[in-house]
Amino acid sequence: MAKTITAPRPALLAPGLSRLERWKLRGPLLPALIFTILLTQFPFLLTLIYSVQNWNLLSAKPAVFNGGANFLDTFGDEVFWRSIGNTGLMTGVSTVACIVVGLGLALLLNHKFPGRGIARTLAITPFFVMPVAVTLFWRSAMFDPGFGLFGWFSRLLGLPAVNWLSEYPLAALIILLTWRFTPFALLILIAGLQSAPQEQLEAARVDGAGPLRQFGSILVPHLRPYIELTALLLAMNLVQTFGEIALLTAGGPAFGTTNITYYIYLKGFNSFDLGTASAFGVVALVITIALVLPALRLLSGIFQKEGRR
Amino acid sequence: MTTTTSRPATMSPARRQIAIRRRPSKHLKSVLMGLGGWLGSLLLFLPIAYMVLKSFQTEPDAAAAAPKLIFTPTMENYKGVFEAGFWPYAINSIIVVLVSTAVVIALAVPAAYALSIRPVAKSQDVLFFFISTKMMPIAAGIIPIYVIATALGVLNTLGILIVMHIGMNLPLAIWMIRSFMQEIPAEIMEAAAVDGASRWRGLRSIILPLVRPGLASTALLCGVFSWNEYFYALNLTNSTSTLPLFLQKFLSFGELYTAHVAAAATLLSIPVIIAGWIAQKSLVRGLLFGAVK
Repeated sequence: MAKTITAPRPALLAPGLSRLERWKLRGPLLPALIFTILLTQFPFLLTLIYSVQNWNLLSAKPAVFNGGANFLDTFGDEVFWRSIGNTGLMTGVSTVACIVVGLGLALLLNHKFPGRGIARTLAITPFFVMPVAVTLFWRSAMFDPGFGLFGWFSRLLGLPAVNWLSEYPLAALIILLTWRFTPFALLILIAGLQSAPQEQLEAARVDGAGPLRQFGSILVPHLRPYIELTALLLAMNLVQTFGEIALLTAGGPAFGTTNITYYIYLKGFNSFDLGTASAFGVVALVITIALVLPALRLLSGIFQKEGRR
Repeated sequence: MTTTTSRPATMSPARRQIAIRRRPSKHLKSVLMGLGGWLGSLLLFLPIAYMVLKSFQTEPDAAAAAPKLIFTPTMENYKGVFEAGFWPYAINSIIVVLVSTAVVIALAVPAAYALSIRPVAKSQDVLFFFISTKMMPIAAGIIPIYVIATALGVLNTLGILIVMHIGMNLPLAIWMIRSFMQEIPAEIMEAAAVDGASRWRGLRSIILPLVRPGLASTALLCGVFSWNEYFYALNLTNSTSTLPLFLQKFLSFGELYTAHVAAAATLLSIPVIIAGWIAQKSLVRGLLFGAVK
């Protein structure tokens, strides 16, 4: 308590604030905070407890403590490590692809042209459509080698039609995810471009700087926090990918497209091995925290540099 | 380019000559940028347009090797969707979206207030706690939630879905609404305080009207996420569920039919597409989270 008072804070938190006053400030926050803690932190605690138990819903035996056996299983499970690799690959490649495509389109859409508003509205639509619905549609109407649009297009070019889902399932998944999330990158990056320092750009133009120089030495530094924020938000969403995997490839073939989320789902809800699934969850949680901490530092860096009045 | 350089430079002073030479190339550039912008946007939209097109085709037309652009439209696919028990799931979806979004906004507005207008101590830390919950793997918490829901007898109910959707959207809503509240000039708040407006009145009659567009787009985005949500629906419900699960069940009967998929996918996506289009303007400001200006 004493710490919060002595810390240099806005005037509202002057040392004169009584205990009651401080609780009055906190009051509006509490319902949301308590709800979130109960719903997100409490389950993790239970996951931790389940992870050291031998508990399979298919066997009649009650859950018993089995020490680190589930973790030994986890560390020895080749598919688990593969699923972590897949998660990293899918998240990383899709995030970069979304930002590259999104930035390219944002640069184009930042210029005035007839119907720009409509073009932009059409471009952001994939972000809103129901993922389950479009995934099922892509599976047959886009990826099918016989009558899918991609197959038709490759035949048009005189190339053999590729069976994306069996030959390049991970690439197919990344294409779908990139298509779905590029609009999100686009939305934020357009906003970034619109706030670009026009006087500086004009001055650079007068000084004879070409478009590339302008882009490299003025736009990129200006856009950096926007790109970082986009990458962070995209990665946060892409790491959790589930529906697309379940309905496009069902994690296959041979676990080639299984990510952590999907593997925990398979262990828990297909094999009903709640103990091992919980151990997967704990390891995934530890890895995520290791990745999230630098991400949070990055985000708070963005805050201190730019925003905040 | 070639036309501009071959233009005869007759009787014009040097400066005008430069202007003439520059204008067409600038014009050409902006035409190319416009074309590129349209091309890129249409390419992103193409799968959706193609989906709508296929939804009006017969199955044999939809399974043709080359895309058919000219065909006799049929409503059979849509009829099939409605006949497969669409409405109970649709009503469930509407209930879950409306109730969860209403609760999210009701919880998020006071929380955002306590994190921006009259900030609590360490409000930045609280804010980062909220966003960090969105980074945690959802799968790491699903097993205890399943076990607890079973114990409480709420598995396969709309209640559990509503609770999970609130948890899913609350951090996002708090961040977005907070960033809209941050934009309110401090002078307005001070003036209200000088006028002796109570905090409650200040919130209701000054802040809420100012952030209303932001609230609307936050609610629309939360609604979109709730409508589209699949992971909790699949793991926590079965017969009493929402439209994503209906779609999955609808298609698991027999073979995967492209035209039927297209019709169902189009139908289910219409509400969220409209919501997204309405929300897009103020969405960006909210999504920037007040992190960058």
